[in-house]
Amino acid sequence: MSGVRSPSADGKASPAEARGMERLLRVVVPVLMLAGLVGLWQWYVTAFAVPHYILPSPVRVAGALVTDWQVLGPALLVTLKITFSALFLALVGGLALAILLVQSRWIEIALGPYLVILQVTPIVAIAPLILIYAPTTQTALLICAFIVAFFPVLSNTVQGLKSTDHNLIDLYRLYGASRMQTLWLLRLPAALPYFLAGLKIAGGLSLIAAVVAEFAAGSAGAGSGLAFRILESQFRLNIPRLFAALLLLSAAGVAIYAATSLLAHLLLHKWHESAIRREK
Amino acid sequence: MNATAISAAHEAPGRPLVSLRGVTKTFSTGTTALAGVDLDIAPGEFISLLGPSGCGKSTVLRMLAGLADPSTGTIDWPQARVDGAGRPDLDMSFVFQEATLMPWGTVARNVWLPLRLKGLSMKAARPRIDEALEMVGLGGFADAYPRELSGGMKMRVSIARALVTRPVVMLMDEPFAALDEITRQKLNDDLLRLWETFGWTVVFVTHSVFEAVYLSQRVMVMAARPGRIIDGIDVDRAEETPESWRTSETYVRLCQRASASLVSAIAGTDHL
Repeated sequence: MSGVRSPSADGKASPAEARGMERLLRVVVPVLMLAGLVGLWQWYVTAFAVPHYILPSPVRVAGALVTDWQVLGPALLVTLKITFSALFLALVGGLALAILLVQSRWIEIALGPYLVILQVTPIVAIAPLILIYAPTTQTALLICAFIVAFFPVLSNTVQGLKSTDHNLIDLYRLYGASRMQTLWLLRLPAALPYFLAGLKIAGGLSLIAAVVAEFAAGSAGAGSGLAFRILESQFRLNIPRLFAALLLLSAAGVAIYAATSLLAHLLLHKWHESAIRREK
Repeated sequence: MNATAISAAHEAPGRPLVSLRGVTKTFSTGTTALAGVDLDIAPGEFISLLGPSGCGKSTVLRMLAGLADPSTGTIDWPQARVDGAGRPDLDMSFVFQEATLMPWGTVARNVWLPLRLKGLSMKAARPRIDEALEMVGLGGFADAYPRELSGGMKMRVSIARALVTRPVVMLMDEPFAALDEITRQKLNDDLLRLWETFGWTVVFVTHSVFEAVYLSQRVMVMAARPGRIIDGIDVDRAEETPESWRTSETYVRLCQRASASLVSAIAGTDHL
């Protein structure tokens, strides 16, 4: 913080100071927490002389991350590629299907049950089938991740498209708006907060699904992702590398979550209730 | 009382702008919202539909707007051409009880909407948008978002959006019901000023006796279950200024008369 102003006479900080302090603490507290936990981990491993093939120390994990980067880096890239392709397809597919579903009650009645079946059947159980039918393993993984990720986008967007203010729909009718105008200028903007909520869920799910599908596929070789590297490390008792791969997955998940949250904030902060901070 | 006789006695002189004959509305649930409404509205008239909730006053408004169809009976627009859907080629605007603004658009973009739907670009529409905002006293708020405005200001935006098309008919469905008394009073006066400026035909739905008598030239009192018109009250405002009108003897007497009608309307039903 800049400006070393003394607190006012009653000992309370001014609102600006309080806000700056809160912003600082928002960074400092999580960092201290992390440092504490890692420190505890390091201390435990050293103090009790835990063998590194049971629980490697944080230092060793960091070391593995550097030395094994030639293996882990490409694997991360493969996993991320599947994740983002699946997420992209889920967004496009979920949005398109949502728009189709709200056009007619009968379309929804006809397709609804299959969408639910697709959603509730565990992806691990369908994966072997998809592996048989898909031309390549990569395609199979992509299909699996897509199926998991697209449902939250679909159901949230349908909900949003249906929640459009009825008075506004009447107003559009009164002014003779076309179907396209109503969709484009009214229903889609009204559904945007719901769509973005779906995106936040789908972002995390597509990473999870990409990993789970790879476990199920058990694909190996040059084109394999982080999930295979984790299995491989386990077989070889290369636990530091396993931890390093896990670390990369978590980091990727956090980054995806942060990116989707940022996107939602940027698109909504001017007008939507969810993005507005209230003074207490 | 015979509803037809009453409304016939209050028929507007000359050719009406719109004329309802034997209009009924029965919803798919079986509820009869309206049972035989006859009503003529003259061009340039300020008419209020006053009644308890469930009397079908909003249904009449929605039918005039072409947002609902009568189950039986006719709605004629003798002075306008009517398209296939029964909608007259008159510019109509609707103001709802809530401001009904799009929260993602600024004030200017909300007011732009009716013109935008007609294909006018923001640039072409801008002078009219600014004029409309000026008319409702929101000149400096074009770039504000609805959430930054008070309830009364949101309603002003809603009215600006309604008047930006320079409509012939202004349909208002309890527009000020959710506002506080002071704001409501102010908006009532502003509405009268705008009505005098633009010469709209206003159909104003309300459940406030004072508001109805204060604003209108004619108050139609409606009863519920089934919805129907039970009384029509002509209001002669003469040359009163807003302030003197609100405290004049005529105003008080007409309010009493409308209240009595409303009480009899409510007494006719078992519950509210």
